[in-house]
Amino acid sequence: MSTRPFLRIDNIRKRFGPIVASDGVSLEIEEGEIHSLLGENGAGKSVLMSMICGMVRPDEGDIVYKGQPVSFASPRDAIRQRIGMVHQHFMLVPNLTVAENYILGQGSALSVISDMDKVHRKIRALSERYALDVRPDAIVEDLSVGEQQRVEILKVLFHGIDLLILDEPTAVLTPQETDRLLCLMSDLVKDGKTVVFISHKLDEVMRVSNRISVMRDGRVVHTVKVGETNARELARMMVGRDVRMELPRNPEPPGPIVLSVENLACRAENGIPAVRGVSFDVRAGEIVGIAGVSGNGQTELSLALSGLLPVDTGRVVLNGKEITGLDPAAINARSFSHIPEDRHKHGIVLPLSLSENTILQRYDQKPFATGGMLNGRVIAEHTRDLIKRFRVKSRDENQPIAALSGGNQQKLVVARELARNPDFILVNQLTRGIDIGAMEFVMEEMLKQRDSGRAILLISTELEELFAICDRILVMFHGGILGELPPDRTRLDELGLLMAGNKEQPAPAG
Amino acid sequence: MDDMMLLTFLATLVGAAWRLATPLIFASIGEVFSERAGVLNIGLEGTMLVGAFCGFAAASATGNIPLGLLAGVAGGMLFGLVFAFFTITIKADQIVVGAALNLLGMGLTAFLFRTYYVSTGKGIDIAQPVHIPWLSDLPFLGEAFFRQNLIVYSTILAAILATLVLYRTSFGLTLRAVGEHPKAVDVAGRSVPGYRYAAVLVGTGFAGLGGAFLTLGHSNQFVEGMTSGRGFIALAVVVFARWSPIGAFFVSLLFGLFYALQLMLQAQASIVVPYQVLQALPYIMTIITLVVFRGKGAAPSKLGQPYEMR
Ligand SMILES: Nc1ncnc2c1ncn2[C@@H]1O[C@H](COP(=O)(O)OP(=O)(O)OP(=O)(O)O)[C@@H](O)[C@H]1O
Ligand SMILES: [Mg+2]
Repeated sequence: MSTRPFLRIDNIRKRFGPIVASDGVSLEIEEGEIHSLLGENGAGKSVLMSMICGMVRPDEGDIVYKGQPVSFASPRDAIRQRIGMVHQHFMLVPNLTVAENYILGQGSALSVISDMDKVHRKIRALSERYALDVRPDAIVEDLSVGEQQRVEILKVLFHGIDLLILDEPTAVLTPQETDRLLCLMSDLVKDGKTVVFISHKLDEVMRVSNRISVMRDGRVVHTVKVGETNARELARMMVGRDVRMELPRNPEPPGPIVLSVENLACRAENGIPAVRGVSFDVRAGEIVGIAGVSGNGQTELSLALSGLLPVDTGRVVLNGKEITGLDPAAINARSFSHIPEDRHKHGIVLPLSLSENTILQRYDQKPFATGGMLNGRVIAEHTRDLIKRFRVKSRDENQPIAALSGGNQQKLVVARELARNPDFILVNQLTRGIDIGAMEFVMEEMLKQRDSGRAILLISTELEELFAICDRILVMFHGGILGELPPDRTRLDELGLLMAGNKEQPAPAG
Repeated sequence: MDDMMLLTFLATLVGAAWRLATPLIFASIGEVFSERAGVLNIGLEGTMLVGAFCGFAAASATGNIPLGLLAGVAGGMLFGLVFAFFTITIKADQIVVGAALNLLGMGLTAFLFRTYYVSTGKGIDIAQPVHIPWLSDLPFLGEAFFRQNLIVYSTILAAILATLVLYRTSFGLTLRAVGEHPKAVDVAGRSVPGYRYAAVLVGTGFAGLGGAFLTLGHSNQFVEGMTSGRGFIALAVVVFARWSPIGAFFVSLLFGLFYALQLMLQAQASIVVPYQVLQALPYIMTIITLVVFRGKGAAPSKLGQPYEMR
């Protein structure tokens, strides 16, 4: 390995209006390493990587790559220099095939697409080599999120790269898919590639990295070798204080039933039965978790409860009144909060401001509106209050929410839903994209809600999240509920078996 | 009606349908390009009028029909350039600009026509049906399919060519991607505004050609507002055709059939429906189509939205 760094970022600055996203950041990446990037939401990780791959131009500073200073006008320039990035939000055209996506923008604009066979062969060969299981003729929109991600990674490999940047690739993956991705990263490094990996999950970072850099407020504050640190220390470097992994809990027994679900069944958007006769209750002052490998009906369950998907059979009763089959607006009006899985689809309206997003469900109610007119001052104050309490990193309440980093958008959604003081809160993926400092805070807030008598249903694929705050955990498999467990970490094996669809009790050890 | 008469009626109907569908075919194929790239150009009506007028003006000056058609295309594209500048460069609302261009097209052509041509009252020699040996003389089939002028025949070529460009070239692939996920195109290193300009110009060029057919291949005169809603019907055709050029061809034929039917029924003394009702037929069918096929399933997902680079 050469002594000079493979990629050197020197004192880069980037501002968006008054917001400083990169404040003189410097970083060195060595050839053939997996270098992880950690940092709180809005620390500037995505922006920094966008500058390396030509999406965003730095205001000041140098990027030296393979010993040469470079300046990319577009991602295509970066790809020519063999730098490729897989973005937090995929860059795939949904109605085209995988192969068509790969040749998009290649060759002269006037050329006739002729040698598709050759492209297909090349994709198949690469797919086999890295065991990615990508079919070149599949239409992208028919693929699951995990598959689309493999398509994205293979796209970068297809274009031939030496440096691969992955921005929060595991946020949307199941644990199995995550394992697979981490293995792939190691394989790529064995093939002589270099990988930069962004993640909020410390265990993943500890598992695959050679070195880890921590960003704070637009700067790299620490770079450490993986052998010389541990998760606890990393957390402290990120947040600047100790992060508690265990939260204290109030042992108060739960109150009366708030939400009752009886024999609920519904179909996915494609018409296939997804939830098959599910029954459970959620009481005031308890958090009920639903664990499961994603794709076992959790998405449809949460959509059906919130009125976004028609119910086939069964009943949903909230506070003694049936809400089955009501439309989302009617359910919203019944003291029912929803933190959705896909915030861009069901949680926020990207081009609208933070203020407008915080009153999405209540724009016509007092005190936000009187006599059909919006009260700008009240709305702004309310939004500023939420921003402050949940530490949403933003310029002001009038900024479009699209300009916020992913984790900060999520924080605002959580803040909004809790501020409505609902009796029941439906949460699907509470901490998706949120950094560990904010995660602790958000989970504490959920516990506070529980202690003040709210009923909470927490659907999650993150077992840590479930163990940390749930009172009991239901396991969903194949659209049904297979069993119930207390949040006892020692029974992790049992939980794993249930999640895999295995109903028998594990044989007693010894 | 006896069988012979019915057959003759049908043959004439089909022949007329294709002729009457021709402007729709051109305009809707063009609009498919534009919408696939995410640009909804409701200014088709005005653009077609400009094409009709330019075609007429050029042909009456030179007596040359191909030159007239070319002028129609050029006029349409010039108009499209204005639309593209406001919607793509300035990022103004596409509907508002389109509506403004419709008004401009109607006003401008009426003004120019009245100023320079109305007093002359002179028509032009329009494109004549080509006689294809043997085929044109077939009973019934000849009347239905083989007594058209070259412009009408060229609609088949246009549909095939458009399909090849859209699905078999790098340009077409990128164009389709621009309407679905412009950022992906940007990241792939192609200019989104560039492709949108190109799509609008192709679209308005075709609309201009469709308009020019009205003056050069159909009636021999320019008449104010002579497109009478064809530009809007073309918009409906695109939806019904699910944004496919071949689909646009056949759906346009269907609408052509309504036009032809309405004309021929008016001529039948035995039918007592008021002629206004018959005249409304194509428009009623448009509304019905739009209601029945309202599903947005196949619509480009960024249709009507300007693209913001960051
Ligand atoms: N296009 C933009 N316009 C304005 N501000 C922006 C823009 N893109 C990023 N920012 C701001 O720059 C800062 C850094 O954002 P960045 O997306 O890099 O954060 P991040 O570290 O990736 O956070 P997360 O972990 O939440 O993804 C944030 O405060 C964000 O609001
Ligand atoms: Mg980010």
